[in-house]
Amino acid sequence: MAGPVILALAELTDGQPTRLSLELATLASDLAVAAGGTAVAAGIGPRAGNAAPTLARHVERVISVEAATEADAPAAIVIASLLAALLEQQTADIVLLPASPDGKDVAGMLAARLDLPILVNAASVAWADGRPVVEMSAFGGRLVTRSTFTGATGIVVVRPGATAARERGSEGSVEVVDLEAAPDPRVTVVERVVSAGAAVSIDDAPVVVAGGRGVAGPEGFAVIEDLADAFGGAVAGTRAVVDAGWLPYAQQVGQTGKIIKPALYVAVGISGAIQHKVGMQTSGTIVAINRDADAPIADFADLLIVGDLFEVAPRLAAAVRARRG
Amino acid sequence: MDILVLVKAVPIVGNERLGADERVDRTVGLEANGNDEYVLEAALKLTEAHGGEVTLLTMGPTAAQEALRKGLAMGAARAVHVIDDGIAGSDARATATVLAAAIGRQRYDLVLAGADTSDGQGGTLASAIATSLDLPYLSYAGRIELTDDGRGVRVQRLSPTGYDVLEAALPALVMGTQVLGEPRYPSLRGIMAARSKETTTLSLADLGIAPDRVGAGAATTRVLDATPPPARAGATVLRTDPESAVAATIDFLAARGLV
Ligand SMILES: Cc1cc2nc3c(=O)[nH]c(=O)nc-3n(C[C@H](O)[C@H](O)[C@H](O)COP(=O)(O)OP(=O)(O)OC[C@H]3O[C@@H](n4cnc5c(N)ncnc54)[C@H](O)[C@@H]3O)c2cc1C
Ligand SMILES: Nc1ncnc2c1ncn2[C@@H]1O[C@H](COP(=O)(O)O)[C@@H](O)[C@H]1O
Repeated sequence: MAGPVILALAELTDGQPTRLSLELATLASDLAVAAGGTAVAAGIGPRAGNAAPTLARHVERVISVEAATEADAPAAIVIASLLAALLEQQTADIVLLPASPDGKDVAGMLAARLDLPILVNAASVAWADGRPVVEMSAFGGRLVTRSTFTGATGIVVVRPGATAARERGSEGSVEVVDLEAAPDPRVTVVERVVSAGAAVSIDDAPVVVAGGRGVAGPEGFAVIEDLADAFGGAVAGTRAVVDAGWLPYAQQVGQTGKIIKPALYVAVGISGAIQHKVGMQTSGTIVAINRDADAPIADFADLLIVGDLFEVAPRLAAAVRARRG
Repeated sequence: MDILVLVKAVPIVGNERLGADERVDRTVGLEANGNDEYVLEAALKLTEAHGGEVTLLTMGPTAAQEALRKGLAMGAARAVHVIDDGIAGSDARATATVLAAAIGRQRYDLVLAGADTSDGQGGTLASAIATSLDLPYLSYAGRIELTDDGRGVRVQRLSPTGYDVLEAALPALVMGTQVLGEPRYPSLRGIMAARSKETTTLSLADLGIAPDRVGAGAATTRVLDATPPPARAGATVLRTDPESAVAATIDFLAARGLV
């Protein structure tokens, strides 16, 4: 008897799988090995054919579905309709979806359409006793839970960093499948607005430098940007600075912003309120610069530099540049 | 323009704990989920501009009343509370079933939900509910307005690089974010007025949902165990002059292979 089929959805941008999608393809491969089953990555999106070879280096089988997700229907609706159609031809026991905005939309749509159970926010996924075991961080990181499905099938929504994308050393097969998308005709995209100078995404940057109210104004953010640049990292901030209009919402870390897990998080002029903490406390290493040694962030940082950020951060940027050459 | 706002009462952030059954303890202090207050604010602004009323809808235990009280004090006209012992331990699928059934019994032009919850289903419920009710679904709203003819909704959906403008005919379900704007504080008058506002309670029987379809017994997911993560070692604190602090920081980072 063949083992379970683990299917990962690959999101595509610019004709390539996103980094998170490659992580999912690798995760599907690892789970298939552990389960004695098969791993499949479904690359659904524009220029799927272009993305397929990259996917095929990470997983034994690729299904490539061309879809115009940049046309006048929202991408998630198009992808959900195609994935539902695909799952009628291609059985899958476990479906891995990326914890991206579109991925989460697709997860809810698919769960409702196919009546599948769903486990969200997977920080890692293992296989035991014939089931996926999904580890997630709960209560803002104060607890780690491991959960599973009571039946054999389900959707797992996987966060960035659950596994590192890894090439297998051999090329998987690629199948092109033609499917007709059936997007909801009642919802249309009338315009796509791209803001000038969109910043490096904080979702999967290995180093994130974040500024808080301590930077004292939009000009103060230059110090944060410079430090991020020295590390080759991305710029983030607290809700306080987003509310103040010093930073776009896409760069907010915390309860109502993003939850991220970089290898290094540098918190500059950030008090470490619980709503901020829940977004970053599973970072590998946390370094804080704060003039208040008793700020809450002192309780969960690995290194606290007590001092004025305007004195410390520029010197740190220079030292990092000198070190990195 | 009648708007239904889905509000979840969540354990006060920072105070969450598990009960003996490894499920979230919901007997402790609950508050309205942060994202749900943003969409409530957007709903109140829309009805202020276009007329109509805001109804709150929650599914949860007795303590969820606290979240409803605040929403009523902010300006919602009434609340619907789905409460039933059989609901405890419901998974995402059962929650969607119950909320969809409850929505189906209300009058509305627009349903609003939050982007996600601090204790919940990671932002997958809104799209599940819209799908099962076959409502047009617009998500990650940073701004919600009516179309010029007043018969549709126009949403700025936040994208990684900016935003997309989406339109749909009403009725529709919109999932919204913090970018919608800071929620108002209830005024004293609002708090007084809330006391005479009506909260309707609905049971599973009222919704025509068989008890064996929801609750812990019907759960399709199961928590195997819950443990605190390995504690951080505690911070190394540098209180020297900036130059030496930076030198020590570089050593610290280098030792961890981070520079
Ligand atoms: C429903 C809800 C959701 C929320 N969601 C989020 C969220 O997603 N993300 C989030 O971040 N917050 C969120 N918050 C807000 C959160 O509660 C805090 O208000 C916020 O995180 C504080 O931001 P801050 O650390 O920048 O500012 P502050 O708390 O004001 O801290 C500023 C820090 O900078 C230090 N400082 C000042 N000047 C200097 C200097 N020159 N040098 C060095 N240090 C200096 C101060 O000592 C202080 O510790 C939410 C709140 C609510 C109610
Ligand atoms: N028990 C509930 N009662 C009312 N609304 C809910 C409930 N659970 C979730 N919601 C709504 O669905 C949104 C997304 O929840 P979730 O997918 O669990 O993160 C929330 O922001 C609420 O608007």
